[in-house]
Amino acid sequence: MLSKNGAKYFFLIGTVFFGAIFLSLSYDTLVQIPKQTKEQNMTPLVVKGKLLFDRHNCMGCHTIMGEGAYYAPDLTKVYETKGEDWIRNMLIDPEMVYPGARKMVKYDMNEADQDAMVAFLKWISEVDTNNWPPKPVNQE
Amino acid sequence: MKFKSQKLAYYFFAFAMLLLFLQITYGFIMGFARIGMEGLHEWIPFNVARATHTNLLVVWLLAGFMGAAYYIIPDETDRELEWPWLGYVQLISLVVVSVTAVIGFHFNWWEGRKFLEIPRELDYLVVVNVLAFIANIGVTLLKGKQRTTTAGILFFGLLAAALFYLPGMIHFDNQTTDSFFRWWVVHLWVEGVWELIMGGILSFLLIKLTGIDREVIEKWLYVIVGLTFLSGILGIGHHYYYIGTPNYWLAVGGFFSALEPLAFLGMAIFAVTMAKRGGRKHPNALALNWSIACALLSFVGAGLLGFAHTLPMWNKWTHGTLVTGMHGHLAFWGAYAALILAFITYALPQLTGRKLYNSKMASFAFWASNIGMCLMTVAFGIAGIIQVVLERRMGMDFLTVQTEIEPHFIGLLLAATLFASGILAYIYVFIKAGLPTDRLGEVYDE
Repeated sequence: MLSKNGAKYFFLIGTVFFGAIFLSLSYDTLVQIPKQTKEQNMTPLVVKGKLLFDRHNCMGCHTIMGEGAYYAPDLTKVYETKGEDWIRNMLIDPEMVYPGARKMVKYDMNEADQDAMVAFLKWISEVDTNNWPPKPVNQE
Repeated sequence: MKFKSQKLAYYFFAFAMLLLFLQITYGFIMGFARIGMEGLHEWIPFNVARATHTNLLVVWLLAGFMGAAYYIIPDETDRELEWPWLGYVQLISLVVVSVTAVIGFHFNWWEGRKFLEIPRELDYLVVVNVLAFIANIGVTLLKGKQRTTTAGILFFGLLAAALFYLPGMIHFDNQTTDSFFRWWVVHLWVEGVWELIMGGILSFLLIKLTGIDREVIEKWLYVIVGLTFLSGILGIGHHYYYIGTPNYWLAVGGFFSALEPLAFLGMAIFAVTMAKRGGRKHPNALALNWSIACALLSFVGAGLLGFAHTLPMWNKWTHGTLVTGMHGHLAFWGAYAALILAFITYALPQLTGRKLYNSKMASFAFWASNIGMCLMTVAFGIAGIIQVVLERRMGMDFLTVQTEIEPHFIGLLLAATLFASGILAYIYVFIKAGLPTDRLGEVYDE
């Protein structure tokens, strides 16, 4: 029968052991992220786009790489599927693109900020996400 | 209660009740928006409501944990808190930070990072606040007449939770690296160190409510928290499947997160077995009911519903859909919200000196909120599954699918009304219990 001391060591040894594996894998991941995310393409404009993405809390409605709020579409591949002009129009006046549909904040974004958002969304679309999102079954 | 300084817990609980009420209010704003009733959009767009809803959740749970710790640590160490006054200062600063953050969200003062939207400037205040809390309970523990496993695990969980807040404060330009470390906070909190806090609080409640020998309960506590870290640390991999991180996380995350229900299963068996062995003789039966509900619903919400979409071959379809919302609601409710409500139900008569437990209103609060949340989970689940089939598998347009699933959000709102009526009843019982007293002694023994 397991003693209290035995249970304590199960907890302590398990925590240290799996913690060490986690830290090792994290180190390897941080080494690999630049290549997998094509960090060489992360221009200052892309970085500005990420800042704008955070400042407007786009993740508070949309998802990106599947992370966010599920109220508005995922934006990982929006640059590929909808194109630059569509993105710019949405950033100016979403009501103009989808009249009467679920509302998005009207940002009336200036051209410089639009450029940054487009650059960020283009960069995101090229990140290797382990083949996510999958293609619908009838399009495979 | 045994010590005057435990009274501090009451005020943390009162603050938690207020935030819970506000959290539900913002939940309704989002629910109505999902069925097309977006009248508040100009003032409270969805992203503001969402950030407010989730951050209020985090803060009220933290306030609940802190209140519980301020009650448990003196009890377990058999001495007064080291600096009760610091606890009151810390509560005031927590109120100031929370109110400022919530108001700030409405003026777009935030960081757009899910669950960690509190702006950087306020993060520093959070750190100072938590340091004051950790110091207070840590020194009390060190100077205590006795050091118990329950208090030790609870303190270790709270300390680790404080430390894991820090990776979320580092800025990264790369979205993937940013997300990678964001999960160090969110995942290692809710599927890691918060489970230690949960184990510690549940253990304290079971010792008090069942009368089972502390040694037996604490032995199983070690086994459960051991299982938590065995599965939960590398279970973080389920957040790293598709965010630009190496593909070995698919195997690592899949395997270890499939083991995560074990800790919650352990918690459920632990609570039910101890309650049965103890013979349910404690006068505050509802506190034990809440404790068992916490253990069972955390197993269903966090364990089973988490498992239902955690394996990579399923998750590639469900990732980023309402299926996550289904799991998230019952998991947070079962594991953490119900836990704090269990603790308040146990501690309130002790804090106020009034034997107002087991009233009809308190029973209604228990059943309405738990059944309401289960039905909300069902509504989220149906909406999520339909979304997965139509949008992900069949390739239908996002907004078209959202219109298709609107009826399930009407169902969600009805379930949420039942849930909210239960919470309002709980808050009513809390207010009716009155303010805390200085009278010492064990109410349940009188």
